[in-house]
Amino acid sequence: MDWTFREDLPIYTQLYEHLTLAIVSGVYGPGEKLPAVRELAVDAGVNPNTVQRALSELERSGLVHSQRTTGRFVTEDAQRIEQERQRLAEEQVRQFLAAMSKLGYNRIQTVMLMEKMRGEGQ
Amino acid sequence: MSNILECKALTKRYGGKEALSAIDLSLEPGRIVGLLGPNGSGKTTLIKLACGLLTPTAGGIYINGEAPSKATNAIVSYLPERIALPLWMTTQQAMDFYGDFYADFRRDAAEDMVSRLGLELRQTIKTMSKGTREKLQLILTMSRAARLYLLDEPIGGVDPATRDYILKTILTNYSEESTVLISTHLISDVEHVLDEAVFLREGSIMLHESVDTIREEKGKSVDELFREVFAC
Repeated sequence: MDWTFREDLPIYTQLYEHLTLAIVSGVYGPGEKLPAVRELAVDAGVNPNTVQRALSELERSGLVHSQRTTGRFVTEDAQRIEQERQRLAEEQVRQFLAAMSKLGYNRIQTVMLMEKMRGEGQ
Repeated sequence: MSNILECKALTKRYGGKEALSAIDLSLEPGRIVGLLGPNGSGKTTLIKLACGLLTPTAGGIYINGEAPSKATNAIVSYLPERIALPLWMTTQQAMDFYGDFYADFRRDAAEDMVSRLGLELRQTIKTMSKGTREKLQLILTMSRAARLYLLDEPIGGVDPATRDYILKTILTNYSEESTVLISTHLISDVEHVLDEAVFLREGSIMLHESVDTIREEKGKSVDELFREVFAC
């Protein structure tokens, strides 16, 4: 995975987002075991305690559950994963619309532009 | 659990010059801590006090509750600013030396890193480049199973790719019960691996905070904050 971090946000929240994205996009499928804390830390080049914190947040959100001795697993609840995917997609659209609005496009103009560009870059 | 490193009103004077002014500092086990400050702010002095190479002028410094001694040095692994091994030694001999000296030296870990970083077993330190010397010293330091690692400028003289490898080496080799104190001014390179940052300025502690808290509260990285605080 490509790990790049922004300067203005805590690392653990960015790790949380990274891992969430990996789960909803199927890098880690439903019921799949996640790598160990140390492994993720070395891979991302970050502190193990930070990884621990991000994983705890994922557990709290219900995307991940831990089994005492065997490690952490992605939830088998496909609906929960789909719900998270939806949330991330909406977030992306919100950001996109905000950027378009800065360029002076309202929603209708934005949709029209998207229609016009249909077929491009496919 | 008790603090692995504790300073109480720790003061060090060199003649009339005060290098550390009554600092209080506690480090818990299991942390990676950045000791950050401009040149001459007291970073090296603090590290040397912790391994008993200097004695405090006033106040105290305690490793796992005890003043620095032979006993505490057995659980402290120190990476000096400059290589402290005799120049005639080869990589092989340096590993033998560490193995004889320190009961906690993990020979297999050292050999693994030596081969991975492409160091020659028969090369003498004298003929090594600055970067290679730094790599060897770091390998030896991190191959000990210590409770406290004191790393004085561990990444100063190596290229960015080696820097990444060294940081990963630190992450892989420290255990959850041990603490790593890294002094550096290359903050953006190390800040992702840190739990906490300590800012030193002219012998006083300006800030001791978790890195995530700094980012959360100030909305900027430790590197940005440092540039702001220490702007010339």
